[in-house]
Amino acid sequence: MTLALIDTSTANIASVRYALNRLGVEPVLAATPGEAAGAKKLILPGVGAAGPAMRALERSGWADALRNDTRPLLGVCLGMQLLFGESDEDSGTGNPVSLLGLIPGRVERLAPSDAGPWPHMGWNTLSFSPGSDPLLTGIEEGDHVYFVHGFYVPEGASTLATTSYGARISAMVRHGHIAGCQFHPERSGAVGARILSNFIKG
Amino acid sequence: MLARRIIPCLDVRDGKVVKGVRFKDHEIVGDIVELARLYAGQGADELVFYDISASPEGREVEPAWVGRVAQVIDIPFCVAGGIRSVAAARARLHAGADKISINTPALENPSLINALADEFGSQCVVVGMDSRKIGGIWRLHQYTGDPDRTLTSERDTLSWIKEVTERGAGEIVLNCMDQDGVRQGYDIEQLMAAREVCPVPLIASGGAGAMEHFADVFKKANVDGALAASVFHKGVIAIPDLKNYLAQSGIEVRP
Repeated sequence: MTLALIDTSTANIASVRYALNRLGVEPVLAATPGEAAGAKKLILPGVGAAGPAMRALERSGWADALRNDTRPLLGVCLGMQLLFGESDEDSGTGNPVSLLGLIPGRVERLAPSDAGPWPHMGWNTLSFSPGSDPLLTGIEEGDHVYFVHGFYVPEGASTLATTSYGARISAMVRHGHIAGCQFHPERSGAVGARILSNFIKG
Repeated sequence: MLARRIIPCLDVRDGKVVKGVRFKDHEIVGDIVELARLYAGQGADELVFYDISASPEGREVEPAWVGRVAQVIDIPFCVAGGIRSVAAARARLHAGADKISINTPALENPSLINALADEFGSQCVVVGMDSRKIGGIWRLHQYTGDPDRTLTSERDTLSWIKEVTERGAGEIVLNCMDQDGVRQGYDIEQLMAAREVCPVPLIASGGAGAMEHFADVFKKANVDGALAASVFHKGVIAIPDLKNYLAQSGIEVRP
């Protein structure tokens, strides 16, 4: 199975690649859509801020390509947030950032208040309805995964699994052929490896 | 619920993991990749690799071992020591590190914190601090990897915590030097004071000697994580036993 890792020079691309290697998959690193022409599935990793990440996707042609693509796509962390319509993470401009718009919804700033410090950093639990999606095969309610983020997608129609940190956060989402994880499956031990394996095999 | 993190710290010198007492007399405890794999397998929540010789000698961590670690472990890890530029940080993050930590270079050039946070996001930027009480005030120390060069900074620790978080640091590791390596418990008083002024995740470091010390620091100082080295390297505490103990003490941990 050929899988392409969308390469926007984001910092976690090596971690995601190594996690796939541990599952026996060598992904194609695709800086442009043409380089992923032979791939059956796509992963969009990402860390950092929404504005620069969107500019990188637009420059490389990936933004338009993803809007017209029908292959299974998994967004990871910021890569999941980029799937939505708009983000409040404005990099100081005061204006919301337009995202890929593949899933209806908005990315908002997390306000943990009494739950703990901002950003949400560390291992938190997954909550979901059993059997709701093949990505969750073998995963149990209450399993811990590793989150690092300051913005979030509130629970909504596309939410598959949630976690709680001052708000109900979309931990995993699904909209047709497009899915995403707010946490880092590549850094979430055996649980994260199983989710990546489910994506590869599903 | 967000789990409290248990973080083994691997001090690295010349490519080997070492541990000294009160920053002196370092002894080799093992190979970096082997220990990383061992701790990840035992349920460590995160690892910190600290190149203790990097700051004093002005050289940078060799990214080759960063990539080797990233290939084998499936938990987050942070690389510290000798990172003095955005380019040096980028090399480590692109090699697979999840975070970079700066200590002495932040004191010498505080705007480096802003530059790193702007470039990579606050979640990648950890500021480490070595601090002890002098004349009734907690003060920072620099170049702590080398006892002959260790300096006391003019800055007081609590105001520095405020400044670095305003500049964009996403996490603080506070190493309490009076307690480091002597296994008498974390410096609860200092960590409580730090917690009061620290709006981002706070990691306790220095002094772990028994499982009760971890329960104490989570309950009393409300830190997000506890870092330790010798108790893990010397087999005094096994991480699975520690996690069980903390869970039984009513502290949220990842099993």
